[in-house]
Amino acid sequence: MKKTSEGLLRFRRNKVAVASAFVILGFIIMATLAPVIAPYGPLEQDLVNNYLGPSLDHLLGTDELGRDIASRLCYGARISLGIAFSSVLVGVMIGAVLGLVAAYKRGIVDSVIMRFMDVLLALPGILLGITIVVVLGNGVVNTVIAVAIFSVPTFARLVRGSALQVLELDYIVASRAVGASASRIIFGHVVPNALTPLVVQSTLQLGVAILIASGLSFLGLGVQPPNPEWGAMLSKGRELVRSTPVAAFAPGMAITLVVLSFSLLGDGLRDALDPTMKRR
Amino acid sequence: MFLALLGTSLLVFLMIHMIPGDPALLLAGLEAGPEVVEQMRRDLGLDRPLYEQYWNFLSGALRGDFGTSIRMRIPVLEEIMARVPYTLTIALGGTILATIFGVVTGVIAAMYHNRFWDGVMMVMALLAASTPSYWLGLMLMLVFSLSLGWLPSIGIRTPVHYVLPIITLAGQSAGIISRMTRSAMLDVLGQDYVRAARARGMKERVVIVRHALQNALIPVISIVGLRFGNLLAGTVLVESVFAIPGVGRLLVDAVLWRDYPMIQGTMLFVASVFVVVNTATDLLYGVVDPRIRVSRS
Repeated sequence: MKKTSEGLLRFRRNKVAVASAFVILGFIIMATLAPVIAPYGPLEQDLVNNYLGPSLDHLLGTDELGRDIASRLCYGARISLGIAFSSVLVGVMIGAVLGLVAAYKRGIVDSVIMRFMDVLLALPGILLGITIVVVLGNGVVNTVIAVAIFSVPTFARLVRGSALQVLELDYIVASRAVGASASRIIFGHVVPNALTPLVVQSTLQLGVAILIASGLSFLGLGVQPPNPEWGAMLSKGRELVRSTPVAAFAPGMAITLVVLSFSLLGDGLRDALDPTMKRR
Repeated sequence: MFLALLGTSLLVFLMIHMIPGDPALLLAGLEAGPEVVEQMRRDLGLDRPLYEQYWNFLSGALRGDFGTSIRMRIPVLEEIMARVPYTLTIALGGTILATIFGVVTGVIAAMYHNRFWDGVMMVMALLAASTPSYWLGLMLMLVFSLSLGWLPSIGIRTPVHYVLPIITLAGQSAGIISRMTRSAMLDVLGQDYVRAARARGMKERVVIVRHALQNALIPVISIVGLRFGNLLAGTVLVESVFAIPGVGRLLVDAVLWRDYPMIQGTMLFVASVFVVVNTATDLLYGVVDPRIRVSRS
């Protein structure tokens, strides 16, 4: 308990990290309260008033079908953040289980799992995403699955690494000697020790997940229009840049801001929770 | 490396075969009779057991035969090779630009550690690393082509057309390389021999370049090698923004058109280059750091 409150104190002193936490919180509130905040529906068309510039009626203007861009951005936060959180959650769970099994069983099981992870890592992120979407087809759920599979090897390696470190320690050998069961060793000793790096890496991975998911949607392979996912909103980018620059600017700015905040928050969490890892 | 290539080819092969739908039916056309489809299936070898199909695919790929595109009805490899120059130019240009920018800003940040310029460089680096490349491309296009009219926006007819795509592609990697260079430099700058060099009264420039940077290069090279592969894959997005007929665009079109042989070919091509470059990076360590050469032999 003492360790946690010390970490919290260190975290609160890091102004940049606190600020990015608030930015993310702001986007989460925007996503949950989208129907309340947004003045228009995300799919509400108004063909007479298309390609409008920013005004008091339409803060960020309207797109080619006269849809309010600010409102679409609010609803888009639901999809973009939803994909990021659920895919990283799935990735952490599968990755952690694989990493724990590999570290605990060692030998052939370890080799098979980790070689498979190597193969997944042998493909660059966006390419792996495309491969999976080719098999599963596009759509929100399949985008989540694709980004989750992409995240699995990172977490499997991380958990295996910290698990191996802990399993080497004398007190684990001692608790084995007094007859502790495998589940007691794993959940009582290994998991708590792997938790801090896992939280830090998950935060950083959330940013990467948003970049990959929105990249897939931009290519027309992820979330499909008219869904207001931020990447999909840019999928007609070149036409948008010519007609309504704001429509091309806003979704990308939202992505950049959220990804930046997750990176800064992840760095801050690492510095606060794991002082030995502190960067200068 | 061999294992990684084999694994990747198996992954790509199995994934393509997990796709619901019948390539023979697709190739023969919907109006073809069942006997034509059956014939097509025999011609494609789809009636053979899976391991035999994989073997045929693999031995074909090794001989440079990736099959025939369903959509364009020409050999897959021929089409890939026609488009490689664009993609490789952008990827190489992006890597070089990102490396120069990343190393220079990283070194400056380390020299001014925890002072004003360090902060400026690191904010820039993080911002660059967080910006989606396709959006950066659109914004550059908006400013430099549509507003200022200095550079062409889309297509790839002249050398000037390469400027924006290369900058776009380099952005993210420049940020990542910059952060990596900074932390590697800080590690080295804290070493005794750097202090000793300073104590002997060497010029700061000599200390930074000869003593520090040379020893900080290993982690930098490894990240640059990794980035090249990512940049190659990143061309998928950048080529879509700037309408460049490269391998990346070919892959996306193949996916949209369900052109399976083409998907398989382009995937395998990009993944192979990625694996080969990573191996080459490992070998480069030995050139930069004699200690690794000694310990290996």
